[in-house]
Amino acid sequence: MLEIKNLHARVAETGVEIIRGLNLTVQDGEVAAIMGPNGSGKSTLSYVLAGREDYEVTEGEILYNGQSILEMDPAERAASGIFLAFQYPMEIPGVATMEFLKVAMNAQRKARGEDPLSIPDLMKRVKHAAGELSMDLGMLKRPLNVGFSGGEKKRAEILQMKLLEPKLCVLDETDSGLDIDALKIVADGVNQLRSPDRSIVVITHYQRLLDYIVPDSVHVLYKGQVIKSGDKSLAYELEENGYAGIIEEAA
Amino acid sequence: MNVQIQPPRTPAEAALIDAFGERLSLLPGNGEVTLKRDAAIEAIKAGLPTRRVEAWHYTDLRRLLTAVPPFDATAAATPVAPLIEGSPVLALLNGTASKAAAIEGVTVSAVSEKLGDGTYAPALGPQDADDAIGALNSAFVADGWLLNIADGTVLEKPIELQNVQAGGQVHARFAVKVGAGVTATIVERQTGTGSALVSSVDNLVVGEGSNITWVIVQEQPDTATHLGQFNAWIGKDAKLTLFVMNTGGKLVRQEIRVVTKGQGSDFQLRGVNLLAGDTHTDVTMVLDHAVPHTGSREIVRNVVTDKANGVFQGRINVHQIAQKTDARMACNTLLLSDEGEFSTKPELEIFADDVQCGHGATVTEIDRNHLFYLMARGIDEKTARGLLVKAFVAEVIEELEDEPVVDALEALLHNWFQTHG
Repeated sequence: MLEIKNLHARVAETGVEIIRGLNLTVQDGEVAAIMGPNGSGKSTLSYVLAGREDYEVTEGEILYNGQSILEMDPAERAASGIFLAFQYPMEIPGVATMEFLKVAMNAQRKARGEDPLSIPDLMKRVKHAAGELSMDLGMLKRPLNVGFSGGEKKRAEILQMKLLEPKLCVLDETDSGLDIDALKIVADGVNQLRSPDRSIVVITHYQRLLDYIVPDSVHVLYKGQVIKSGDKSLAYELEENGYAGIIEEAA
Repeated sequence: MNVQIQPPRTPAEAALIDAFGERLSLLPGNGEVTLKRDAAIEAIKAGLPTRRVEAWHYTDLRRLLTAVPPFDATAAATPVAPLIEGSPVLALLNGTASKAAAIEGVTVSAVSEKLGDGTYAPALGPQDADDAIGALNSAFVADGWLLNIADGTVLEKPIELQNVQAGGQVHARFAVKVGAGVTATIVERQTGTGSALVSSVDNLVVGEGSNITWVIVQEQPDTATHLGQFNAWIGKDAKLTLFVMNTGGKLVRQEIRVVTKGQGSDFQLRGVNLLAGDTHTDVTMVLDHAVPHTGSREIVRNVVTDKANGVFQGRINVHQIAQKTDARMACNTLLLSDEGEFSTKPELEIFADDVQCGHGATVTEIDRNHLFYLMARGIDEKTARGLLVKAFVAEVIEELEDEPVVDALEALLHNWFQTHG
């Protein structure tokens, strides 16, 4: 599904290198957790995958189903099935959530050569998915994310993910700002999406989320590189001993 | 000794003065009306305003008005479909009032009639030395509509006033006197197919406790000059919401002059300027809070593309007796082109000491974070930009409470983006 080879990326404006020779492979159907201390490049990795212009790839390759995505803009990447659930979803005044969902879903369908959804069909899908996430439908009439609580924003991200049915999901600190009930709902939403042809990259600072979204593999990111990979037990080890031991070991 | 040296007349000034000589005998009215017309043309003879006149600083009319087309009696203008289906339409076609629609609770007459019998004379004449639009219009006005809305009238459908030009010159008046306790929406369409010089003056008096929404939609072709002026006096506990949407015209100035006359009155201005091509659009407001306990809020949103040039001047005068005035003004511009320009000049002149007044202005580009977010959901860049620009403007439109009007304005917005997005 995803193969990242010797990736180097820097902040376009300042030239500061954040990702420094990162290697990572995620198989079809795999749930991979990326953990790491603050400033290790976790969020940058998610943005680079999604194609944010603020970052420049200077070296290396990102292959998605064997194809390089580096020349694709964010919309093309999304239409090809890559989805980033934002750590801090943007508030966009004036764009109604429902209208946004309609435009996004139909843009992706169009890119795949499918017919646009009819309004009743769209409403049905949205209602169903929102119901599963215990979301209030009134929220969908409001401007996108405007005035949503932290938990509501994260749920709205998962709602979009369910509706857009991506192949590669990247969840950036989806647990931050969530209480335990909201965390369970969000994790359930993600778990329902697990399937042999869909891969999920869970970026998190804490092991807590991984109790609910159990990963197949865990990778420790430090100074822009994966310094250790293992199975879910690695997450427990980190929770017990912190990052210091692993960082020392790698140094 | 001060010697006023008059610069040589521009071709436009000369053409206006010549046209007056040719037109005067053909225009309705004599006696007092003619005297008013003669006085008005003197203001034009003194020269069109330049950038040295404070109120015209950003719109140097003398320089920008490069040509004045002759009157064209044969120009054929046809009414357009009303903004809201089923609205009664009072049309002015090539400057002449067509047949009046009958509207319950509303007395309608043609301005040409009232000019003819002289009763409209007091309404003619520039309001002050800077009032070039008032002067031009008073000199040449041939027709328009006069409406009297009876006390307690509640109109189900908006009344639509249309000023449709097909070239040449058109000088129009819409005068509306609203009684007490009236609820009504008036839609004013300024449109056409020719490269006309248009002046159009509105006079609105809002009676006690009435709630009036007035929507001006100016969508002239990009060869036309449009000089509009909206005057309103708001009575006790009355509310006026003025919505101005400019989507066309080569040279446009829309003046707004409003006085809160009665305590408890409220004025709301919402403006949308969608500017494209090589055009110049100026919205200039002078609002007088003249009595205690009145409120106002002005929000103007501008989208500037191509080489378009836009201006918003907003002046709020709070008179000494106008305690407890609550006035807020905001002008936000989305600049989508390096060659576009927008100038904002807010002015507050406050003589009362117990008031709340504020203003703010922003000029921004599309928020890159917002753009990335939308694109990260598979929405292509062009569509995503369109969504964000529309959202910026739609926020102001959606504040109007009248759903059919909101839908119609959003449709206009959509059409504009289809052509210019």
